[in-house]
Amino acid sequence: MAEKMEHIIQTSHLTKRYGSKLAVNDLNLSIRRGEVFGLLGPNGAGKTTTILMLLGLTEPTAGTATIDGCDCTRNPLEVKSVVGYLPDNVGFYTDMTGRQNLRFTGRLNGMGGRELEERIDALLERVGMTEAADRRTGTYSKGMRQRLGIADVLIKDPEVIIMDEPTLGIDPEGMRELLNIIRDLSVKDGRTVLISSHQLQQIQQVCDRVGIYVEGSLIACGTLPELEKQIQKNGTYLLEVDVEPCDDQILGMLASQPGILGIQKEGRRFMITSKTDIRPQLTKFLGEHDYTVMHLHQRGGDLDEIYRRYFEKAGQNDGSNESEARRKFGRKRKAAGNG
Amino acid sequence: MNQKQEENLAGSGRLPGTDEAYPAAKGAPGYPVSKGASGTDEARPAHGRHIKGSTGRNALVRKELADHLRSKRFLILLVLIGATSFASLYGAISGLADAIAADSNFIFLKLYTTGGSSIPSFMSFIALLGPIIGLALGFDAVNSERASGTLNRLVSQPIYRDSIIVGKFLAGTAVIAIVIFTMGIALGAIGMAVTGLVPETEEVLRILIFLIFTVVYIAFWLALSILFSVVCRHSATSALASISVWIFFAIFMSLVASIIANAVYPVNDQYRAMFNSLNNYTLNQNLNRISPYYLYSEAISTIMNPTVRSVNVVTMDQLVGAISGYLSLGQSLLLVWPHLTGLAALMLVAFGGSYIGFMRQEVRSN
Repeated sequence: MAEKMEHIIQTSHLTKRYGSKLAVNDLNLSIRRGEVFGLLGPNGAGKTTTILMLLGLTEPTAGTATIDGCDCTRNPLEVKSVVGYLPDNVGFYTDMTGRQNLRFTGRLNGMGGRELEERIDALLERVGMTEAADRRTGTYSKGMRQRLGIADVLIKDPEVIIMDEPTLGIDPEGMRELLNIIRDLSVKDGRTVLISSHQLQQIQQVCDRVGIYVEGSLIACGTLPELEKQIQKNGTYLLEVDVEPCDDQILGMLASQPGILGIQKEGRRFMITSKTDIRPQLTKFLGEHDYTVMHLHQRGGDLDEIYRRYFEKAGQNDGSNESEARRKFGRKRKAAGNG
Repeated sequence: MNQKQEENLAGSGRLPGTDEAYPAAKGAPGYPVSKGASGTDEARPAHGRHIKGSTGRNALVRKELADHLRSKRFLILLVLIGATSFASLYGAISGLADAIAADSNFIFLKLYTTGGSSIPSFMSFIALLGPIIGLALGFDAVNSERASGTLNRLVSQPIYRDSIIVGKFLAGTAVIAIVIFTMGIALGAIGMAVTGLVPETEEVLRILIFLIFTVVYIAFWLALSILFSVVCRHSATSALASISVWIFFAIFMSLVASIIANAVYPVNDQYRAMFNSLNNYTLNQNLNRISPYYLYSEAISTIMNPTVRSVNVVTMDQLVGAISGYLSLGQSLLLVWPHLTGLAALMLVAFGGSYIGFMRQEVRSN
């Protein structure tokens, strides 16, 4: 049983349907106590709906969700007293100061008196908002509001913290601080953190495990190395190689090597596709032929790559081919870069 | 998996819906936490703060009240109502001599019911302008919170969801009561100081009943504007909608009522008028009574004017043998009891609508 309680958030066959649209499809998720879990997926994948169901704010069409043993739909009050929720675009009463906003949240949680004041001071200190605490929240920047939002969530001393798109619209410096705070919530306080996001780079730095969510279904779930392994088991390896001297001779030599499926030249860089991990043979081979390796990178290690691969797989299941998906993705990236 | 979950629920000794299931706090602000050790009830120390529904609601009502009382909107309303009250008092005092000449009983009530030098009385001012207090306090109650994202934060706290809307309504009604009673009593006090009139007990009671009626009447408008704030996404839309309802009832309802009454019971020639005028008038009046404005005006003019003996048409037959005199307070109340019930019912219907609308609505803002 003790082992069972390790999973603080559990959903079984959780489903939500809006009219004919399936927002969340048969979700089975277990989140361990004290871990940082990233729920990743594009906009409209059903992340927010899932979170609302976990908080008992939306009724599931089918299935159940429990947090710390409480049914989220039947006992939302108990769930809400252990779960802190930081919505995307968190809002405060603009004509109240940060401190007053926190005090109000404390009172809603049945706190008061000196205990509450001390707690507010400690939390403001913790998120670095002590100086701005007595200013009206209407004057706060997005990053400040986000930090006050974290203090606000912590007032009730939750065991689980759910953050919906916490990194949206935060500058890099604020992002670093935010991620540090999130890390601390898990490591120092032992709280469970569930982050939903579509921004991969930030999230992969703090998450213990991630779940990838596409069109209402969880298509992959696990630690980063696990996901990586999952991809590589049924996929191919993609190796970036940069050698000196860079001549065409090497291209032909490499192409004739066993195990290499294909090779492409992008600028000075070779992209080598293979069935197995060919890094040992390749370096040996290049060394024997007097080539210097300038750059060698196995694609697939970072979340972006994993994310891309899973999206491609999801796309393939729908019947579109890989190259099309890749092209689409490339365009999207370009558009994002311009924007 | 389900079986295991059930075991787990049973094993931890939790009863759904009881306070016992309230989890442990991790203690003081330092809160180091023992990972994984908190699986059983033994490991969870009894928690200090038990969440009750009323805790959250009280906090909400307090916050809403403080918000209202500190807001500029409240100040503007207070100035508006204050100015009209004093204008009407001025009118009443200047017209008092004529009114006393006509009827020299219940003089103190005349401070509220008479106007003079083309200034309407306090009573008719409140009937017309009172709704604006309710509308101003409620038109953005829910949709502004939704737009600013505070509603999201509010519903994720351990409070019952209806506490939010009930809290808003209660706080608004409290503000209305404060304004109305302050103004009503201040008016009487100033009137007393200026004219030297001293109210009798019955007059005081009649004034108090009048003020209670007024609070219920304005609370109806508050409930209506909260309903619009639940239904409309933008506060501008809800403000416009509630103002148009107000104007319709205050100005156009009587026109509509007479048009319908004339269509059903035409009185355009003498012959028809002979048969239809009673029915025409009754229908007209009943249609008008749908309007809370009319209902309220009729009720308070009965309460504040003991000479009003009936709110309906009285035939000559019924008047035979009647002795001209004042109605006692009890009799006046009896006359307007249906009005009070009707107003309260309208208020509850409007509030019930906003309550149901709010409870059924999705929380997400987009």
